[in-house]
Amino acid sequence: MSEDATDRVRGRLDAIYRTESRRVLATLIRLLGDFDLAEEALHDAFVAALEQWPRDGVPGSPRAWLVSAGRFKAIDAMRRRARFDASKTEIAERLESTPPPAPDHDMDDVEDDRLRLIFTCCHPALPPDAQVAMTLREVCGLRTEEIAHAFLTSPSAVAQRIVRAKSKIRDAGIPYQVPARAELADRLDSVLHVVYLVFNEGYSASSGTTLTRADVSAEAIRLGRLLVELLAEPEALGLLALMLLHESRRAARTSATGELILLEDQDRARWDCELIAEGVALVERALASRRIGPYSLQAAIAAVHAEAATAAATNWAQIIGLYGVLLRADPSAVVELNRAVAVAMHNGPAPGLELIDAILARGELLGYHLAHAARADLLRRLGRVPEAREAYARAITLARQEPERRFLERRLREIEGQ
Amino acid sequence: MKYLCLIYNAEQNMNSLSKADMDAMMAEYFAFTEGIRKSGHYVAGEALDQIKTATTVRVRNGKVSTTDGPFAETKEQLGGFYLIEARDLNDAIQIAAKIPSARFGSIEVRPIMDFSKVQA
Repeated sequence: MSEDATDRVRGRLDAIYRTESRRVLATLIRLLGDFDLAEEALHDAFVAALEQWPRDGVPGSPRAWLVSAGRFKAIDAMRRRARFDASKTEIAERLESTPPPAPDHDMDDVEDDRLRLIFTCCHPALPPDAQVAMTLREVCGLRTEEIAHAFLTSPSAVAQRIVRAKSKIRDAGIPYQVPARAELADRLDSVLHVVYLVFNEGYSASSGTTLTRADVSAEAIRLGRLLVELLAEPEALGLLALMLLHESRRAARTSATGELILLEDQDRARWDCELIAEGVALVERALASRRIGPYSLQAAIAAVHAEAATAAATNWAQIIGLYGVLLRADPSAVVELNRAVAVAMHNGPAPGLELIDAILARGELLGYHLAHAARADLLRRLGRVPEAREAYARAITLARQEPERRFLERRLREIEGQ
Repeated sequence: MKYLCLIYNAEQNMNSLSKADMDAMMAEYFAFTEGIRKSGHYVAGEALDQIKTATTVRVRNGKVSTTDGPFAETKEQLGGFYLIEARDLNDAIQIAAKIPSARFGSIEVRPIMDFSKVQA
Protein backbone atom coordinates (compact mmCIF):
# COMPACT_ATOMS: atom_id res chain seq x y z
CA MET A 1 0.00 0.00 0.00
CA SER A 2 1.32 3.44 -0.93
CA GLU A 3 2.35 6.09 1.61
CA ASP A 4 -0.50 8.14 0.28
CA ALA A 5 -3.15 5.53 1.02
CA THR A 6 -1.70 4.96 4.50
CA ASP A 7 -2.01 8.67 5.20
CA ARG A 8 -5.59 8.59 3.98
CA VAL A 9 -6.47 5.71 6.33
CA ARG A 10 -4.75 7.58 9.19
CA GLY A 11 -6.86 10.62 8.41
CA ARG A 12 -10.03 8.49 8.47
CA LEU A 13 -8.92 6.87 11.71
CA ASP A 14 -8.33 10.26 13.33
CA ALA A 15 -11.82 11.33 12.30
CA ILE A 16 -13.29 8.06 13.58
CA TYR A 17 -11.42 8.52 16.85
CA ARG A 18 -13.02 11.94 17.30
CA THR A 19 -16.57 10.82 16.53
CA GLU A 20 -16.59 7.24 17.81
CA SER A 21 -14.04 6.75 20.58
CA ARG A 22 -16.43 7.76 23.40
CA ARG A 23 -19.21 5.54 22.08
CA VAL A 24 -16.81 2.62 21.77
CA LEU A 25 -15.57 3.30 25.32
CA ALA A 26 -19.14 3.43 26.70
CA THR A 27 -19.90 0.03 25.20
CA LEU A 28 -16.57 -1.45 26.32
CA ILE A 29 -17.22 -0.36 29.92
CA ARG A 30 -20.53 -2.27 29.81
CA LEU A 31 -18.92 -5.35 28.25
CA LEU A 32 -15.81 -5.37 30.45
CA GLY A 33 -17.39 -4.02 33.65
CA ASP A 34 -14.42 -1.82 34.48
CA PHE A 35 -13.42 1.72 33.48
CA ASP A 36 -9.64 1.21 33.46
CA LEU A 37 -9.85 -2.08 31.59
CA ALA A 38 -12.13 -0.45 29.01
CA GLU A 39 -9.81 2.53 28.49
CA GLU A 40 -6.87 0.23 27.95
CA ALA A 41 -8.94 -1.86 25.53
CA LEU A 42 -10.01 1.29 23.64
CA HIS A 43 -6.38 2.31 23.24
CA ASP A 44 -5.37 -1.19 22.08
CA ALA A 45 -8.26 -1.30 19.60
CA PHE A 46 -7.13 1.93 17.92
CA VAL A 47 -3.51 0.71 17.84
CA ALA A 48 -4.74 -2.48 16.13
CA ALA A 49 -6.76 -0.41 13.65
CA LEU A 50 -3.70 1.67 12.83
CA GLU A 51 -1.83 -1.56 12.00
CA GLN A 52 -4.56 -3.41 10.16
CA TRP A 53 -6.70 -0.85 8.33
CA PRO A 54 -3.98 0.44 5.98
CA ARG A 55 -3.40 -3.22 5.00
CA ASP A 56 -6.94 -4.62 5.02
CA GLY A 57 -8.98 -1.50 4.35
CA VAL A 58 -11.39 0.36 6.62
CA PRO A 59 -14.14 -2.03 7.84
CA GLY A 60 -17.79 -1.42 6.93
CA SER A 61 -18.77 -0.66 10.52
CA PRO A 62 -15.67 0.85 12.16
CA ARG A 63 -17.39 1.18 15.56
CA ALA A 64 -18.39 -2.49 15.75
CA TRP A 65 -14.89 -3.48 14.61
CA LEU A 66 -13.32 -1.35 17.36
CA VAL A 67 -15.67 -2.70 20.06
CA SER A 68 -14.93 -6.26 19.09
CA ALA A 69 -11.17 -5.65 18.78
CA GLY A 70 -11.16 -3.91 22.17
CA ARG A 71 -13.00 -6.80 23.79
CA PHE A 72 -10.54 -9.37 22.39
CA LYS A 73 -7.56 -7.24 23.40
CA ALA A 74 -8.91 -7.05 26.96
CA ILE A 75 -9.37 -10.83 27.14
CA ASP A 76 -5.83 -11.27 25.77
CA ALA A 77 -4.39 -8.86 28.32
CA MET A 78 -6.20 -10.70 31.14
CA ARG A 79 -4.88 -14.04 29.91
CA ARG A 80 -1.34 -12.68 29.81
CA ARG A 81 -1.64 -11.29 33.35
CA ALA A 82 -3.23 -14.53 34.56
CA ARG A 83 0.20 -16.14 34.22
CA PHE A 84 1.30 -13.99 37.14
CA ASP A 85 -1.96 -13.52 38.97
CA ALA A 86 -4.46 -16.37 39.22
CA SER A 87 -7.41 -14.08 40.04
CA LYS A 88 -7.25 -12.72 36.46
CA THR A 89 -8.06 -16.15 34.98
CA GLU A 90 -11.55 -15.97 36.37
CA ILE A 91 -12.10 -12.50 34.92
CA ALA A 92 -10.83 -13.57 31.50
CA GLU A 93 -13.11 -16.62 31.55
CA ARG A 94 -16.11 -14.54 32.55
CA LEU A 95 -15.39 -12.09 29.71
CA GLU A 96 -15.02 -14.88 27.18
CA SER A 97 -18.25 -16.55 28.22
CA THR A 98 -20.22 -13.29 27.84
CA PRO A 99 -21.53 -13.27 24.28
CA PRO A 100 -19.90 -10.63 22.10
CA PRO A 101 -22.20 -7.89 20.79
CA ALA A 102 -23.80 -8.45 17.40
CA PRO A 103 -21.57 -6.79 14.79
CA ASP A 104 -24.31 -4.41 13.73
CA HIS A 105 -25.91 -3.73 17.13
CA ASP A 106 -28.25 -0.86 16.48
CA MET A 107 -27.98 2.79 17.45
CA ASP A 108 -30.33 2.39 20.42
CA ASP A 109 -27.96 0.14 22.33
CA VAL A 110 -25.07 2.46 21.71
CA GLU A 111 -27.02 5.50 22.89
CA ASP A 112 -28.10 3.53 25.97
CA ASP A 113 -24.45 2.86 26.70
CA ARG A 114 -23.67 6.56 26.47
CA LEU A 115 -26.53 7.35 28.86
CA ARG A 116 -25.32 4.63 31.22
CA LEU A 117 -21.92 6.23 31.12
CA ILE A 118 -23.19 9.74 31.84
CA PHE A 119 -25.51 8.66 34.68
CA THR A 120 -22.66 6.67 36.21
CA CYS A 121 -20.20 9.57 35.91
CA CYS A 122 -22.82 11.94 37.43
CA HIS A 123 -23.82 9.57 40.24
CA PRO A 124 -24.65 11.57 43.38
CA ALA A 125 -22.59 9.18 45.50
CA LEU A 126 -19.53 10.73 43.79
CA PRO A 127 -18.32 14.16 44.97
CA PRO A 128 -19.55 16.98 42.64
CA ASP A 129 -16.09 17.92 41.32
CA ALA A 130 -15.44 14.27 40.52
CA GLN A 131 -18.74 14.06 38.59
CA VAL A 132 -17.64 16.90 36.31
CA ALA A 133 -14.12 15.52 35.90
CA MET A 134 -15.42 12.01 35.12
CA THR A 135 -17.96 13.26 32.56
CA LEU A 136 -15.44 15.46 30.76
CA ARG A 137 -12.84 12.71 30.80
CA GLU A 138 -14.94 9.64 30.05
CA VAL A 139 -17.98 10.96 28.17
CA CYS A 140 -16.30 13.81 26.28
CA GLY A 141 -12.75 12.51 26.10
CA LEU A 142 -11.08 15.70 27.31
CA ARG A 143 -7.55 15.31 28.54
CA THR A 144 -6.77 15.71 32.24
CA GLU A 145 -4.83 18.92 31.46
CA GLU A 146 -7.83 20.43 29.65
CA ILE A 147 -10.14 19.65 32.57
CA ALA A 148 -7.63 21.13 35.00
CA HIS A 149 -7.48 24.29 32.91
CA ALA A 150 -11.25 24.57 32.74
CA PHE A 151 -11.61 24.33 36.49
CA LEU A 152 -8.53 26.29 37.57
CA THR A 153 -6.83 23.40 39.24
CA SER A 154 -3.77 21.23 38.64
CA PRO A 155 -3.76 18.17 36.35
CA SER A 156 -2.61 16.02 39.27
CA ALA A 157 -5.62 17.12 41.35
CA VAL A 158 -7.97 16.20 38.48
CA ALA A 159 -6.20 12.88 37.94
CA GLN A 160 -6.59 12.10 41.64
CA ARG A 161 -10.33 12.93 41.56
CA ILE A 162 -10.75 10.56 38.62
CA VAL A 163 -8.79 7.75 40.27
CA ARG A 164 -10.82 8.11 43.47
CA ALA A 165 -14.11 8.24 41.56
CA LYS A 166 -13.27 5.08 39.64
CA SER A 167 -12.35 3.22 42.80
CA LYS A 168 -15.59 4.33 44.47
CA ILE A 169 -17.58 3.19 41.42
CA ARG A 170 -15.88 -0.20 41.67
CA ASP A 171 -15.76 -0.66 45.45
CA ALA A 172 -19.14 0.80 46.44
CA GLY A 173 -20.89 -1.02 43.58
CA ILE A 174 -22.18 2.00 41.65
CA PRO A 175 -23.95 0.26 38.77
CA TYR A 176 -23.46 1.01 35.09
CA GLN A 177 -27.09 1.76 34.38
CA VAL A 178 -29.70 4.40 33.61
CA PRO A 179 -31.65 4.91 36.87
CA ALA A 180 -35.13 3.46 37.28
CA ARG A 181 -38.04 5.74 36.41
CA ALA A 182 -38.72 6.58 40.08
CA GLU A 183 -35.19 7.87 40.69
CA LEU A 184 -34.73 9.49 37.31
CA ALA A 185 -35.96 13.02 38.09
CA ASP A 186 -33.65 13.39 41.11
CA ARG A 187 -30.69 11.97 39.31
CA LEU A 188 -31.31 14.23 36.32
CA ASP A 189 -30.39 17.42 38.23
CA SER A 190 -26.77 16.48 38.71
CA VAL A 191 -26.57 15.32 35.09
CA LEU A 192 -27.96 18.62 33.75
CA HIS A 193 -25.48 20.59 35.81
CA VAL A 194 -22.57 18.60 34.46
CA VAL A 195 -23.84 18.80 30.84
CA TYR A 196 -24.07 22.59 31.08
CA LEU A 197 -20.53 22.84 32.40
CA VAL A 198 -19.38 20.70 29.49
CA PHE A 199 -21.23 22.95 27.03
CA ASN A 200 -19.61 26.02 28.48
CA GLU A 201 -16.18 24.45 28.25
CA GLY A 202 -16.73 24.15 24.50
CA TYR A 203 -18.60 27.42 24.00
CA SER A 204 -16.23 29.59 25.93
CA ALA A 205 -13.10 27.51 26.34
CA SER A 206 -11.47 28.74 29.51
CA SER A 207 -8.13 29.53 27.93
CA GLY A 208 -6.12 29.19 24.79
CA THR A 209 -5.94 30.84 21.42
CA THR A 210 -9.36 29.92 20.08
CA LEU A 211 -12.53 31.15 21.70
CA THR A 212 -14.74 28.11 21.22
CA ARG A 213 -14.38 24.40 20.72
CA ALA A 214 -17.38 23.46 18.65
CA ASP A 215 -16.89 19.73 19.11
CA VAL A 216 -17.14 19.84 22.91
CA SER A 217 -20.32 21.93 22.72
CA ALA A 218 -21.75 19.64 20.07
CA GLU A 219 -21.13 16.78 22.46
CA ALA A 220 -23.02 18.57 25.25
CA ILE A 221 -25.92 19.34 22.89
CA ARG A 222 -26.05 15.72 21.80
CA LEU A 223 -26.20 14.67 25.44
CA GLY A 224 -28.89 17.29 26.01
CA ARG A 225 -30.97 15.88 23.14
CA LEU A 226 -30.59 12.36 24.48
CA LEU A 227 -31.78 13.46 27.92
CA VAL A 228 -34.81 15.22 26.40
CA GLU A 229 -35.67 12.08 24.46
CA LEU A 230 -35.36 9.97 27.58
CA LEU A 231 -37.23 12.23 29.95
CA ALA A 232 -39.00 15.37 28.74
CA GLU A 233 -38.59 17.12 32.12
CA PRO A 234 -38.98 20.94 31.85
CA GLU A 235 -35.42 21.66 32.97
CA ALA A 236 -33.96 19.18 30.47
CA LEU A 237 -35.93 21.03 27.76
CA GLY A 238 -34.74 24.34 29.20
CA LEU A 239 -31.11 23.31 29.22
CA LEU A 240 -31.24 22.02 25.64
CA ALA A 241 -32.98 25.26 24.55
CA LEU A 242 -30.33 27.33 26.32
CA MET A 243 -27.48 25.45 24.64
CA LEU A 244 -29.11 25.66 21.18
CA LEU A 245 -29.76 29.39 21.50
CA HIS A 246 -26.15 30.04 22.50
CA GLU A 247 -24.96 27.72 19.76
CA SER A 248 -27.04 29.61 17.16
CA ARG A 249 -24.73 32.60 17.60
CA ARG A 250 -21.45 30.71 17.35
CA ALA A 251 -20.62 31.78 13.76
CA ALA A 252 -21.37 35.44 14.54
CA ARG A 253 -19.39 35.55 17.79
CA THR A 254 -15.96 35.73 16.18
CA SER A 255 -14.62 37.43 13.06
CA ALA A 256 -12.81 35.62 10.25
CA THR A 257 -9.54 36.42 12.04
CA GLY A 258 -10.81 34.97 15.32
CA GLU A 259 -11.62 38.29 17.00
CA LEU A 260 -14.42 38.40 19.56
CA ILE A 261 -17.62 40.23 18.49
CA LEU A 262 -20.03 41.44 21.17
CA LEU A 263 -23.71 40.46 21.01
CA GLU A 264 -24.79 44.02 20.12
CA ASP A 265 -22.30 44.18 17.20
CA GLN A 266 -22.96 40.72 15.77
CA ASP A 267 -24.29 40.28 12.22
CA ARG A 268 -27.67 38.76 13.06
CA ALA A 269 -28.01 37.39 9.54
CA ARG A 270 -25.29 34.93 10.58
CA TRP A 271 -27.31 33.56 13.48
CA ASP A 272 -28.55 30.04 12.79
CA CYS A 273 -32.35 30.39 12.32
CA GLU A 274 -32.98 26.66 12.57
CA LEU A 275 -31.29 26.40 15.96
CA ILE A 276 -33.17 29.51 17.14
CA ALA A 277 -36.53 28.09 16.02
CA GLU A 278 -35.78 24.80 17.76
CA GLY A 279 -34.56 26.57 20.90
CA VAL A 280 -37.56 28.91 21.09
CA ALA A 281 -40.00 26.01 20.66
CA LEU A 282 -38.28 24.15 23.51
CA VAL A 283 -38.40 27.24 25.77
CA GLU A 284 -42.13 27.52 25.12
CA ARG A 285 -42.63 23.84 26.02
CA ALA A 286 -40.57 24.29 29.20
CA LEU A 287 -42.42 27.44 30.28
CA ALA A 288 -45.82 25.87 29.52
CA SER A 289 -45.04 23.16 32.09
CA ARG A 290 -45.38 25.76 34.88
CA ARG A 291 -42.46 24.08 36.62
CA ILE A 292 -39.92 26.72 35.68
CA GLY A 293 -36.32 26.35 36.77
CA PRO A 294 -33.05 28.25 36.25
CA TYR A 295 -32.18 26.65 32.89
CA SER A 296 -35.59 27.48 31.40
CA LEU A 297 -35.29 31.09 32.64
CA GLN A 298 -31.81 31.51 31.13
CA ALA A 299 -33.12 30.01 27.90
CA ALA A 300 -36.06 32.46 27.95
CA ILE A 301 -33.55 35.35 28.24
CA ALA A 302 -31.51 33.95 25.34
CA ALA A 303 -34.76 33.64 23.33
CA VAL A 304 -35.60 37.34 23.87
CA HIS A 305 -32.17 38.22 22.39
CA ALA A 306 -32.62 35.74 19.55
CA GLU A 307 -35.99 37.20 18.56
CA ALA A 308 -34.80 40.82 18.39
CA ALA A 309 -34.18 41.89 14.76
CA THR A 310 -31.50 44.37 15.87
CA ALA A 311 -29.63 45.01 19.11
CA ALA A 312 -31.57 48.28 19.52
CA ALA A 313 -34.89 46.43 19.17
CA THR A 314 -34.09 44.13 22.13
CA ASN A 315 -36.82 44.04 24.77
CA TRP A 316 -34.51 44.97 27.68
CA ALA A 317 -37.37 45.47 30.13
CA GLN A 318 -38.38 41.84 29.63
CA ILE A 319 -34.77 40.70 30.03
CA ILE A 320 -34.40 42.65 33.29
CA GLY A 321 -37.62 41.07 34.55
CA LEU A 322 -36.44 37.56 33.67
CA TYR A 323 -33.08 38.14 35.38
CA GLY A 324 -35.03 39.26 38.47
CA VAL A 325 -36.96 35.97 38.52
CA LEU A 326 -33.74 34.04 37.91
CA LEU A 327 -32.04 35.82 40.83
CA ARG A 328 -34.84 34.67 43.11
CA ALA A 329 -34.76 31.09 41.79
CA ASP A 330 -30.98 30.75 41.78
CA PRO A 331 -29.15 33.70 43.40
CA SER A 332 -25.62 34.31 42.12
CA ALA A 333 -23.30 37.29 41.64
CA VAL A 334 -22.82 36.42 37.95
CA VAL A 335 -26.58 36.62 37.32
CA GLU A 336 -26.59 39.92 39.20
CA LEU A 337 -23.82 41.19 36.91
CA ASN A 338 -25.82 40.19 33.82
CA ARG A 339 -28.88 41.96 35.17
CA ALA A 340 -26.74 45.09 35.78
CA VAL A 341 -25.59 45.05 32.15
CA ALA A 342 -29.25 44.76 31.00
CA VAL A 343 -30.16 47.69 33.28
CA ALA A 344 -27.36 49.74 31.66
CA MET A 345 -28.80 48.94 28.21
CA HIS A 346 -32.32 49.93 29.29
CA ASN A 347 -31.74 52.83 31.69
CA GLY A 348 -28.28 54.10 30.73
CA PRO A 349 -24.72 53.36 31.91
CA ALA A 350 -24.88 55.18 35.29
CA PRO A 351 -27.49 52.96 37.04
CA GLY A 352 -25.81 49.86 35.57
CA LEU A 353 -22.42 50.95 36.89
CA GLU A 354 -23.89 51.53 40.33
CA LEU A 355 -25.13 47.93 40.45
CA ILE A 356 -21.76 46.50 39.33
CA ASP A 357 -19.87 48.62 41.87
CA ALA A 358 -22.19 47.32 44.59
CA ILE A 359 -21.32 43.70 43.69
CA LEU A 360 -17.56 44.46 43.71
CA ALA A 361 -17.87 46.41 46.97
CA ARG A 362 -19.21 43.21 48.59
CA GLY A 363 -15.92 41.57 47.57
CA GLU A 364 -17.61 39.38 44.92
CA LEU A 365 -16.43 38.84 41.31
CA LEU A 366 -13.18 40.72 42.00
CA GLY A 367 -11.26 38.08 40.05
CA TYR A 368 -13.83 37.77 37.24
CA HIS A 369 -12.55 39.52 34.09
CA LEU A 370 -16.05 40.11 32.67
CA ALA A 371 -17.09 42.15 35.72
CA HIS A 372 -14.15 44.51 35.11
CA ALA A 373 -14.74 44.50 31.33
CA ALA A 374 -18.42 45.45 31.79
CA ARG A 375 -17.44 48.14 34.27
CA ALA A 376 -14.77 49.48 31.89
CA ASP A 377 -17.32 49.68 29.06
CA LEU A 378 -19.81 51.64 31.17
CA LEU A 379 -17.07 54.01 32.42
CA ARG A 380 -16.00 54.55 28.79
CA ARG A 381 -19.58 55.38 27.81
CA LEU A 382 -19.75 57.85 30.71
CA GLY A 383 -16.52 59.53 29.47
CA ARG A 384 -14.62 58.60 32.65
CA VAL A 385 -11.52 57.64 30.63
CA PRO A 386 -8.80 57.21 33.31
CA GLU A 387 -11.05 54.91 35.36
CA ALA A 388 -12.09 53.03 32.22
CA ARG A 389 -8.41 52.54 31.32
CA GLU A 390 -7.71 51.11 34.76
CA ALA A 391 -10.69 48.74 34.59
CA TYR A 392 -9.68 47.49 31.10
CA ALA A 393 -6.16 46.86 32.38
CA ARG A 394 -7.57 44.85 35.30
CA ALA A 395 -9.81 42.84 32.92
CA ILE A 396 -6.87 42.16 30.57
CA THR A 397 -4.78 40.82 33.45
CA LEU A 398 -7.59 38.48 34.48
CA ALA A 399 -8.71 37.32 30.98
CA ARG A 400 -7.52 33.79 30.24
CA GLN A 401 -8.49 33.55 26.58
CA GLU A 402 -6.37 35.10 23.86
CA PRO A 403 -9.32 36.50 21.77
CA GLU A 404 -10.90 38.08 24.85
CA ARG A 405 -7.58 39.64 25.77
CA ARG A 406 -7.09 40.99 22.23
CA PHE A 407 -10.62 42.44 22.25
CA LEU A 408 -10.01 44.22 25.54
CA GLU A 409 -6.62 45.50 24.37
CA ARG A 410 -8.31 46.89 21.22
CA ARG A 411 -10.87 48.70 23.36
CA LEU A 412 -8.11 50.06 25.58
CA ARG A 413 -6.22 51.39 22.53
CA GLU A 414 -9.42 53.03 21.26
CA ILE A 415 -9.86 55.06 24.41
CA GLU A 416 -6.16 55.88 24.54
CA GLY A 417 -6.64 57.48 21.11
CA GLN A 418 -9.55 59.61 22.33
CA MET B 1 -22.91 -7.25 47.19
CA LYS B 2 -23.37 -6.88 50.92
CA TYR B 3 -23.91 -3.44 52.41
CA LEU B 4 -24.16 -2.35 56.02
CA CYS B 5 -26.80 0.34 56.56
CA LEU B 6 -25.82 2.24 59.71
CA ILE B 7 -28.76 4.03 61.26
CA TYR B 8 -27.89 7.34 62.90
CA ASN B 9 -30.37 9.51 64.74
CA ALA B 10 -30.56 11.89 67.66
CA GLU B 11 -31.25 9.61 70.61
CA GLN B 12 -32.77 12.40 72.68
CA ASN B 13 -35.46 12.88 70.03
CA MET B 14 -36.21 9.15 70.16
CA ASN B 15 -36.47 9.28 73.97
CA SER B 16 -38.96 12.13 73.79
CA LEU B 17 -41.39 10.19 71.55
CA SER B 18 -44.79 9.42 73.10
CA LYS B 19 -45.76 5.79 73.66
CA ALA B 20 -48.16 5.94 70.70
CA ASP B 21 -45.50 7.43 68.40
CA MET B 22 -42.96 4.86 69.55
CA ASP B 23 -45.41 2.02 68.87
CA ALA B 24 -46.15 3.41 65.42
CA MET B 25 -42.42 3.60 64.73
CA MET B 26 -41.82 0.04 65.91
CA ALA B 27 -44.69 -1.15 63.71
CA GLU B 28 -43.04 0.60 60.76
CA TYR B 29 -39.72 -1.06 61.51
CA PHE B 30 -41.37 -4.49 61.76
CA ALA B 31 -43.10 -3.93 58.43
CA PHE B 32 -39.86 -2.72 56.81
CA THR B 33 -37.91 -5.73 58.13
CA GLU B 34 -40.62 -8.09 56.95
CA GLY B 35 -40.53 -6.44 53.53
CA ILE B 36 -36.78 -6.85 53.04
CA ARG B 37 -36.94 -10.44 54.32
CA LYS B 38 -39.50 -11.23 51.64
CA SER B 39 -37.53 -9.44 48.90
CA GLY B 40 -34.39 -11.36 49.86
CA HIS B 41 -32.35 -8.29 50.82
CA TYR B 42 -32.22 -9.04 54.56
CA VAL B 43 -29.08 -10.61 56.03
CA ALA B 44 -29.13 -9.28 59.59
CA GLY B 45 -30.35 -6.32 61.58
CA GLU B 46 -30.42 -5.17 65.18
CA ALA B 47 -31.30 -2.12 67.23
CA LEU B 48 -28.68 -0.95 69.70
CA ASP B 49 -29.39 -0.12 73.32
CA GLN B 50 -29.06 3.53 74.36
CA ILE B 51 -25.66 5.29 74.21
CA LYS B 52 -25.55 5.57 78.00
CA THR B 53 -24.88 1.79 77.95
CA ALA B 54 -21.89 2.19 75.60
CA THR B 55 -18.30 1.45 76.62
CA THR B 56 -15.27 2.25 74.47
CA VAL B 57 -12.22 0.01 74.69
CA ARG B 58 -8.71 0.78 73.43
CA VAL B 59 -5.42 -1.01 73.84
CA ARG B 60 -2.36 1.25 73.89
CA ASN B 61 1.15 -0.04 74.62
CA GLY B 62 -0.40 -3.32 75.71
CA LYS B 63 -2.60 -1.59 78.26
CA VAL B 64 -6.38 -1.82 78.06
CA SER B 65 -8.15 1.48 78.59
CA THR B 66 -11.89 1.51 79.08
CA THR B 67 -14.02 4.64 78.97
CA ASP B 68 -17.69 5.36 79.35
CA GLY B 69 -19.70 6.41 76.31
CA PRO B 70 -19.54 6.07 72.54
CA PHE B 71 -16.40 6.45 70.41
CA ALA B 72 -17.32 9.95 69.25
CA GLU B 73 -19.71 12.55 70.61
CA THR B 74 -21.89 13.54 67.66
CA LYS B 75 -25.32 15.07 67.15
CA GLU B 76 -26.61 11.80 65.78
CA GLN B 77 -25.68 8.45 67.27
CA LEU B 78 -25.49 4.96 65.88
CA GLY B 79 -28.78 3.39 66.91
CA GLY B 80 -28.95 0.22 64.86
CA PHE B 81 -28.06 -1.44 61.59
CA TYR B 82 -29.18 -3.66 58.78
CA LEU B 83 -26.83 -5.88 56.87
CA ILE B 84 -28.36 -6.32 53.43
CA GLU B 85 -27.60 -8.15 50.21
CA ALA B 86 -28.19 -5.76 47.31
CA ARG B 87 -27.61 -5.91 43.56
CA ASP B 88 -25.55 -2.69 43.58
CA LEU B 89 -25.34 0.70 45.28
CA ASN B 90 -28.55 1.96 43.60
CA ASP B 91 -30.44 -1.04 44.98
CA ALA B 92 -28.88 -0.46 48.44
CA ILE B 93 -29.85 3.24 48.32
CA GLN B 94 -33.46 2.27 47.53
CA ILE B 95 -33.54 -0.01 50.59
CA ALA B 96 -31.79 2.54 52.85
CA ALA B 97 -34.31 5.21 51.85
CA LYS B 98 -37.13 2.99 53.16
CA ILE B 99 -35.63 2.57 56.64
CA PRO B 100 -38.08 4.53 58.84
CA SER B 101 -35.29 6.55 60.53
CA ALA B 102 -34.12 7.86 57.13
CA ARG B 103 -36.92 10.46 57.39
CA PHE B 104 -35.38 12.21 60.42
CA GLY B 105 -31.93 10.67 60.91
CA SER B 106 -29.28 9.55 58.44
CA ILE B 107 -28.39 6.19 57.00
CA GLU B 108 -24.77 5.57 56.11
CA VAL B 109 -24.46 2.90 53.42
CA ARG B 110 -21.12 1.07 53.43
CA PRO B 111 -20.15 -1.82 51.18
CA ILE B 112 -18.76 -4.83 53.02
CA MET B 113 -15.21 -5.40 51.84
CA ASP B 114 -14.85 -8.52 49.74
CA PHE B 115 -11.43 -9.91 50.62
CA SER B 116 -11.55 -12.39 47.75
CA LYS B 117 -11.33 -9.40 45.38
CA VAL B 118 -8.55 -7.61 47.22
CA GLN B 119 -5.44 -7.97 45.08
CA ALA B 120 -2.29 -9.29 46.59
